[in-house]
Amino acid sequence: MVHAIWIFMLTAGIITAMFNGRMEDVSEAIFSGAEEAVTLCFGLISIMVFWLGIMNIARKSGLMDIFTKLLRPVAVRLFPDVPARHPAMGYIMSNITANLMGLGNAATPMGIKAIKELKKLNGGKDEASRPMITLMALNTASLTLIPTTVIAIRMNYGSASPAEIVGTTIFATACSTAAALCIDRYFYFRRLRKRKGYS
Amino acid sequence: MSWISTVSLWILPLLLLTVLIHAAVKKIPAYDSFVEGGKDGFQLAISLIPYLVGMMVAISVFRASGAMELLLGSIKPFLIFIGVPADIVPLAFIRPISGAGALGMMSDLLAEHGPDSFIGRLASTMQGSTDTTLYVLTVYFGAAGIKYMGDALKVGFLADAAGVAASIIIVTIVFGS
Repeated sequence: MVHAIWIFMLTAGIITAMFNGRMEDVSEAIFSGAEEAVTLCFGLISIMVFWLGIMNIARKSGLMDIFTKLLRPVAVRLFPDVPARHPAMGYIMSNITANLMGLGNAATPMGIKAIKELKKLNGGKDEASRPMITLMALNTASLTLIPTTVIAIRMNYGSASPAEIVGTTIFATACSTAAALCIDRYFYFRRLRKRKGYS
Repeated sequence: MSWISTVSLWILPLLLLTVLIHAAVKKIPAYDSFVEGGKDGFQLAISLIPYLVGMMVAISVFRASGAMELLLGSIKPFLIFIGVPADIVPLAFIRPISGAGALGMMSDLLAEHGPDSFIGRLASTMQGSTDTTLYVLTVYFGAAGIKYMGDALKVGFLADAAGVAASIIIVTIVFGS
């Protein structure tokens, strides 16, 4: 599906530009988009190096195990296919916690580590396994308790009460997260049914 | 209000302090562990470059050519028909595709309508309650070398739709229109 979206965006863009004479903008967009992506990756280096370094200390000292133990009851339900003591569980839990605290930047390296561990668990295959899709569902639905960036921007525009949207945001996040988990489960069981039907 | 900014300022340093004190108590060679883990981070960030370049070029071409506006224009009448405020429609669509684009669009809406207007509150809620699905999937699966995303993209986009719908409903209930 991602192949189709990618090809669609590029071809639809170029064909549209043929008709409305925006070819120059498109040429420029190719270079500016590429440059932006590389800048973003270089920006990520500092965050990734720092947080993965700190996480490695937490993993070696056993702090991550304590943490995983606390959240195990929830984790086992969300990720029934991952053994409770597998290292992936520790990374999954730290990713979720960092997201909850609104630390998007610190959440990314932990999430990537989690997916890498889940890949090992899945025999190193290059296709997404069920726990990976669940973890991605949680991340794309963005569990946020305090939307710090939005509050900061509202302050900039002189809002009388910048934080008044915290409540509505938590509600909307809870809805989209619940929906993500339900949709994830639905697709999973549909996949299972299909597989059974063909065998 | 002030406690929120205090919490967000304190939380990371306190987390760091906890990790370091725990390592000291357990007599772990903290600095060596840090460097070892950090090397991983460098490689991860570099390995992301081709994935992000591919995706961000496609997104910026799609926007610069006017194809994005065309797509939005064709869906807009339907959304207005089911009661979605017209001004919010572009934001709802760009949010899953481009994080920077969505942030820019939200700022525009706040500047134009004011942060405490219905549109302003709706835009803020929408921005805070969903994430850039395409970016998240590109980064995570790209770095881990997952080629086949399975249903992840569908799940992500459908959850975004649910988030947008939930934002409209809750903001209407709480703040009225």
